[in-house]
Amino acid sequence: MPIEVLLVEDSPGDVRLTQEAFRDANKAIHLHVAADGVEAMAFLRREGIHAQAPRPELILLDLNLPKMDGREVLAHIKEDSNLKTIPTVILTTSEAEVDIVKSYQLQANCYLTKPVQLDAFEALVKSINDFWLTKVKLPQQRQNG
Amino acid sequence: MNGIEVRDGHPQVLLVEDDPGDVRLTQEAFHQANPSVQLHVASDGVEAMAYLRQQAVQGTALRPDLILLDLNLPKMDGRQVLASIKEDAGLKTIPTIILTTSEAEADIAKGYLLQANCYLCKPVQLDAFEILIKSVSDLWLSNAKLSQKRLVE
Repeated sequence: MPIEVLLVEDSPGDVRLTQEAFRDANKAIHLHVAADGVEAMAFLRREGIHAQAPRPELILLDLNLPKMDGREVLAHIKEDSNLKTIPTVILTTSEAEVDIVKSYQLQANCYLTKPVQLDAFEALVKSINDFWLTKVKLPQQRQNG
Repeated sequence: MNGIEVRDGHPQVLLVEDDPGDVRLTQEAFHQANPSVQLHVASDGVEAMAYLRQQAVQGTALRPDLILLDLNLPKMDGRQVLASIKEDAGLKTIPTIILTTSEAEADIAKGYLLQANCYLCKPVQLDAFEILIKSVSDLWLSNAKLSQKRLVE
């Protein structure tokens, strides 16, 4: 069974590193990428070219994004009765207290900062896989019939 | 400032659990995983809310960084405790993890709907339980950024 994960990230370098780190951590993961907030919401709502998109079991969300920023994406996800149960983990470079508090207020499930060092980043992705995709009980896929 | 220093030194975890055996095992597992953790125990939902509200009012350094919440509890059950935490502006930013024996899909879905930060099942095997607590400690008390103790101005 593939594990569907949506990564919302505008930096191609960070996308590449995340893809490689997940491939090392867990071959079953299908990592889907949305490069801005508008595309992320289209993917989640299966609009336009994303009509066949799977429902992700986990969302990794950057905060600073073009078109629609991560805080808005998070608010939309958590206001949507169909999407709100998908665990949404903030993955950002920001260590600002205001971003941390705001994200938890908006019901982020967890807030993680991207380490600059490559090996630390790989270790973080491994721990995301180990915790969120292995230990945590995720809500079952809900297909709207 | 002081609160931050205290938090960095000794992560404060509130365990809401009515089974004395599970309390003991959790204490021992945290002690192995991260000896700096200070584990506070509330044995029912009413006691948990009283503890949380007292720490919030006093703005003390003992405000939990993380809450581990069982679902089936005397007096006030875990779902009610979770709803009360997530409806309270001063408490809602504390990550709250469901830690229960229930694997029922209805409980899992309800937990996430009530804004649980995540849902974990207690393994029956002791070594699996210790591994789970270690990974909670690693992810939540080492990797994750938690909101500071002070209330948002």
